[in-house]
Amino acid sequence: MDQSLRKIRVLVAKPGLDGHDRGAKVIARALRDAGMEVIYTGLRQTPEMIAAAALQEDVDAVGVSILSGAHNTLCPRIVSLLRDQGMKDTLVVLGGIVPQEDIPKLKQLGVAEIFLPGTSTQDIAKFIRENVKPRE
Amino acid sequence: MQEINEGTSEQLAPERWEEQILKPPLPLGERKASFQTVSLEEVRRLYSPSDINDIDLENDLAIPGQFPYTRGIHATGYRGKLWTIRQFAGFGTPEETNQRFKYLLKEGQTGLSVAYDLPALMGYDADSQLSEGEVGKCGVAVSSLADMEALFDGIPLEEVTVSQTINAPASVFLAMYLVVAEKQGTDWKKISGTLQNDILKEYIAQKEWIYPIRSSMKLVVDTLEFCTNHVPRYNPISVSGYHIREAGATALQELAFTLRDGIEYVHWGVRAGLDIEQFVPRISFFFNAHNDFFEEIAKYRAARRIWARVMRDRFGAQNERTMQLRFHTQTAGVSLTVQQPLNNIARVAIQALAGVLGGTQSLHTDAYDEALALPTDSAALIALRTQQIIAEETGVTNTVDPLGGSYFVEALTTKMEKGALDYFERIDAMGGMVDAVEQGFPQREVQESAYQYQKALERGNQTIVGVNKYAMEDEPQQVSTMVIDESVRQHQLERLERTRTKRDSGEVNRSLDKLREAAQQGDNTMPATIEAVRAYATLGEICSALRDVYGIYEEPAI
Repeated sequence: MDQSLRKIRVLVAKPGLDGHDRGAKVIARALRDAGMEVIYTGLRQTPEMIAAAALQEDVDAVGVSILSGAHNTLCPRIVSLLRDQGMKDTLVVLGGIVPQEDIPKLKQLGVAEIFLPGTSTQDIAKFIRENVKPRE
Repeated sequence: MQEINEGTSEQLAPERWEEQILKPPLPLGERKASFQTVSLEEVRRLYSPSDINDIDLENDLAIPGQFPYTRGIHATGYRGKLWTIRQFAGFGTPEETNQRFKYLLKEGQTGLSVAYDLPALMGYDADSQLSEGEVGKCGVAVSSLADMEALFDGIPLEEVTVSQTINAPASVFLAMYLVVAEKQGTDWKKISGTLQNDILKEYIAQKEWIYPIRSSMKLVVDTLEFCTNHVPRYNPISVSGYHIREAGATALQELAFTLRDGIEYVHWGVRAGLDIEQFVPRISFFFNAHNDFFEEIAKYRAARRIWARVMRDRFGAQNERTMQLRFHTQTAGVSLTVQQPLNNIARVAIQALAGVLGGTQSLHTDAYDEALALPTDSAALIALRTQQIIAEETGVTNTVDPLGGSYFVEALTTKMEKGALDYFERIDAMGGMVDAVEQGFPQREVQESAYQYQKALERGNQTIVGVNKYAMEDEPQQVSTMVIDESVRQHQLERLERTRTKRDSGEVNRSLDKLREAAQQGDNTMPATIEAVRAYATLGEICSALRDVYGIYEEPAI
């Protein structure tokens, strides 16, 4: 099959105890409407569960939604679990309430982009499309 | 224009106006092809007497304090008593939140409202592995009675009414509150306050659940029954549309689902043998105040009218208090922007004004920095002062229901009522709200509205100032925000360990066994919960005991 025709596969993940899933669900649907294959994990997934789902679903990108302030604890763990299981190129993006001062450190730890409230879903789809690594 | 000046009612009929004044040719072009509320409802150019033809002034509007209470439940409105200023607060350790409470009370706040952190909302202790990174972040950390004692230290529960935003583990928090009151030497018959305890909206929107739906409903009934018999001035349920709206519902969906949730609790209470005239007056409501000013006001007015009629016609209520809908209002957190955050002060003021013009009994105004973090002292103070400005400077409190009789507001109120009754019919046909939630109906409705709103926003059909219009490259407004660090968790772990060492573990185990037994046999769980709390069993332990019996809820794919 021609790789260029393969749909981008995205795991939308909601870690932590927070139940605010409006953003995660809107994004999941918007990415689907943008032509991607989207798997939504459901609520309260541990980083381990998210990494396992990413591997099993063979995704190109993981979109993490966190509004509770737990991003500094959860995101780096998700990235390192993905890398540990050999998903070196999987794009990790974060959406939610994230203070400006946390952003450089999150990027340094491997989160490709942080989308703050008010970001258009089209911009998020565009970023994912332009930044997923082509498959070999 | 001279025709209007002559001013006979015939000439002012909207059809004539449209025909003669507006076209052709249209004297003023309109800015948009269609004008919509934030709920994407069409608003017409003009409302006039013909729009309220079907409203019966006597039966639909009446006067304030009179059935169906469209114009308010009190004859004197805010001339008699202002609304309660009740700012939702909670962060970090119980000691830190206790300080914030005292600060707010000193500055003129008239009631307290506690925000608990996510582990507390989910029934986990601070030392649970699942709590990592979340302790004290979104609210105050509470794992046992020891934390509750610190939280209310020096705050007399006999004098200050406290509202607690807690749902899945609400019965445990009610028990902790009662034991703290007891330790302060206060008679339960004298204390008041509110427990959110609205589990249905958790499955619909907020999603902080623990047990399966029907077991959770049993716990709600236990608290209803217990309060009716032992804490008669306490409000054991605050039926909440706030979170349904925040999750993306329209104003109508918020109204319809909230009131139908209320009806469901009344049905369950009646089935448990409670007398509606006794327990329904203690059920209160909680609505959102969103951006669309008139739509919100119509929503509150419709809510009162619907509830009064439902209580009378569906349940046969006779007492006024049973038919009067009382509600708390909070401005829409979801409407606050990270961009140009000081603009939020204006948004909050306008939303709060809608709540007041809708006749709210109590009000929370969001702080401008809440899209960024939990509010700082100075941001919380501006939010408090906003209410005081509305109450004491604007003059809107001088007369009761000042918008009553407005063609537009009355037409919207009636439209809201009809729309809500349509939803009631659909939900009744499913077997009631518990069944509808099990079938995922309200969840799907809310999700769909959230998506449609996002699309409208991205098409530019809805405006958010500073975000999709008037955005600025360099953010001119820098605000400092509150940071909750991991030292809070350390502090909480230490107290938890001290509590576990000091208590009599035999007593704890015995009380937890008793609780399991009560749950298994379908007895009221409140007495055993109170006993466990007195023995300093932790929140996590108590919820675990109930999980053993009830199991846990798994959300179906929706």
